[in-house]
Amino acid sequence: MYDADHNRTENRVGQTDIKISAKDVQVYYGTNHAIKDVSVDIQDKTVTAFIGPSGCGKSTFLRCINRMNDTIDIARMEGLIEIDGENIYDKRVDPVQLRAKVGMVFQKPNPFPKSIYDNVAYGPKIHGLAKNKAELDEIVETALRRGAIWDEVKDRLDAPGTGLSGGQQQRLCIARAVATEPEVLLMDEPCSALDPIATSQVEELIDELKQNYSVVIVTHSMQQAARVSQKTAFFHLGNLVEYDDTEKIFTNPQDSRTESYITGRIG
Amino acid sequence: MSNTLLALIVLALGAIGYVIGRQRALKATDGDQRKLHSLPSYYGTNVLLKTMVPAFLLMLVWLLAQPIVVDRSVRAGLQDESVRQDRSVSLVMTDVRRVANGLGIAVEQGVMSRDEARSLDTQSTDVRARLGEAGVALGSDVTPAVLEAAQQYRGLSGTGDIARFALVVALALAGLGWGVRESTPSFRARNSVERGIKSLLILASCIAILTTIGIVLSLVFNTIEFFRIYPARDFFLSTTWSPSFGGGSELGILPLLWGTLYISLIALLVAVPIGLFAAVYLSEYASKRVRSVAKPAIEILAGIPTIVYGLFALLTIGPLLLRVFGDDTVGWMDGGTAVMTAGLAMGIMLIPFVSSLSDDVINAVPQAMRDGSYGLGATQSETIKQVILPAALPGIVGAILLAASRAIGETMIVVLGAGAAARLSLNPFEAMTTVTAKIVSQLTGDADFSSAEALVAFALGMTLFVVTLGLNVLALYIVRKYREQYE
Repeated sequence: MYDADHNRTENRVGQTDIKISAKDVQVYYGTNHAIKDVSVDIQDKTVTAFIGPSGCGKSTFLRCINRMNDTIDIARMEGLIEIDGENIYDKRVDPVQLRAKVGMVFQKPNPFPKSIYDNVAYGPKIHGLAKNKAELDEIVETALRRGAIWDEVKDRLDAPGTGLSGGQQQRLCIARAVATEPEVLLMDEPCSALDPIATSQVEELIDELKQNYSVVIVTHSMQQAARVSQKTAFFHLGNLVEYDDTEKIFTNPQDSRTESYITGRIG
Repeated sequence: MSNTLLALIVLALGAIGYVIGRQRALKATDGDQRKLHSLPSYYGTNVLLKTMVPAFLLMLVWLLAQPIVVDRSVRAGLQDESVRQDRSVSLVMTDVRRVANGLGIAVEQGVMSRDEARSLDTQSTDVRARLGEAGVALGSDVTPAVLEAAQQYRGLSGTGDIARFALVVALALAGLGWGVRESTPSFRARNSVERGIKSLLILASCIAILTTIGIVLSLVFNTIEFFRIYPARDFFLSTTWSPSFGGGSELGILPLLWGTLYISLIALLVAVPIGLFAAVYLSEYASKRVRSVAKPAIEILAGIPTIVYGLFALLTIGPLLLRVFGDDTVGWMDGGTAVMTAGLAMGIMLIPFVSSLSDDVINAVPQAMRDGSYGLGATQSETIKQVILPAALPGIVGAILLAASRAIGETMIVVLGAGAAARLSLNPFEAMTTVTAKIVSQLTGDADFSSAEALVAFALGMTLFVVTLGLNVLALYIVRKYREQYE
């Protein structure tokens, strides 16, 4: 009986696809070696949290996954990152197309100084996802519903996005990222500029988003990592120290540095 | 001479006051500066400010007021008809001032003794010849009345000079005494100096503002004077500009205003796209190295004097345009000077304005906007077109309006490049002229300053002032509104 149960669990883990696979990733900012030998497999339809002290490279690594580091002149990347088995640093891959597939939400809510509608419609318009206005309306509504903000803004879609509260702005940004139908959603400390209520709204949203997307979230809050993620990776000084089920990291860490960090002795 | 001496005396008193104030404060605590309320130098500065600032202010006000007061009292004595001999009082006053100054110069050069100058009399001496010896040329013989008035003028001025000297020195000494008395250890010299500095700053800004008001008022009064002798309706609505100093001129502003706006429009059509694209390239695409070279290079354009642009228009752009559009080819252009010539030169002049200001505005758009757009899979040009430029638009509009008011007020390029014919025409290859160029030509002639032909310059200037002021206010309003957007 016990054995059968155990087997089923094994199977389920085995069935989960590997969405993103990184091998021996190195990143340099000028002469500064920011990421050292990071290899990690991130699963589909899972929330993966990156934790670690400031400056440990977790955001840098996150930005490698959608090639946002390309926009920084002095950044240089080595190694291999694959999404669905395809090397995203291959010459044939267009970083612009890649970023439509790998959405990103930033630390500080950054709605464009446009209307709420135009904020969400921006991505779909650029990528030609809608045939006509009606379809675009539908995409915007779906995205706003997924961002759990539709009910609050449906009557004022023409109002500027910058006029919303911080939590609403961040959910608008998530809706904006979702609108381009990404497969992966990267979140760089999405709650650090928000108050506790807005934070819990965004966390609920992240929990729902994992049904459709592979979500990677960088966070400074270990409680948040424990609450929302299924997998956790601990970064320290540019190294990936430990990567495992969230529960295991927080209850039974293998590495002494991880233990020191989650118990508050370093970081 | 005596003014320089006076200024030096006040400066010296200030320096002495500084030393005494500092010493006195230090001596009171036996040289222990920790027991003083403020650092010793503050006690010195306090005395220095109290000595120099009121004294210099008095000197300045006196210097400005004395000629007016003396003039008025001498003028009062000249009201008698016989003195004037059918000349206006102001013309007689000119003579009086010349004679008075001439006597002063003659005494200084030793041609006359002081007593001789005082007891001069038209019967026994040829005043005109005597002053001629001192190098002072007079237009006519000196009448007894004029000489008398000149003597009075000299006397009053001399008394004024002595009184000024005495009072300024006295005031400086009083300030020095007051400051030194104050220099006790418990005196808050630091706060006192702070207040002094603050009042100096306020004074400076007051002078700036008052000067502006003065300029505007002189424009306004002369404009009113002009409209008294020339109907405002004709000025604003007539389409002919033909001043003739013999009288009967038609002074309609419309052709000039049209020329101004047409040339400015062409200048902006050149400057805005080029400047804006350069700004976009520099702020969004250029590498740090290119930017560090290219940005100053563009801004050098702003440092070129406009007369040089004028020469460039006259010698290079004009002949070039003539070769392309002149009689030999399409025949649109008769001469090198044309709206197009001036407009192109002015456009080049305005490029750095537009590009530099737009560059600042584009750089002020937060990086988060760019990240957000790139993160959604937008290309660089999509990001610029759809996110950055809309966000920066109010600032860019502000930059363009500032450039426009520069263009409207520009003179030298127009004088050299656009020709002098006031004309209402749509052909940009014809010579036209602008408000500014006509102000120059109306005031640089031998015109009587009270005639409509000269006074019209003030009305033109006033109109121009109102237009550019309006544009500047609009620009400031838009720029300010933009600033609030990311707060």
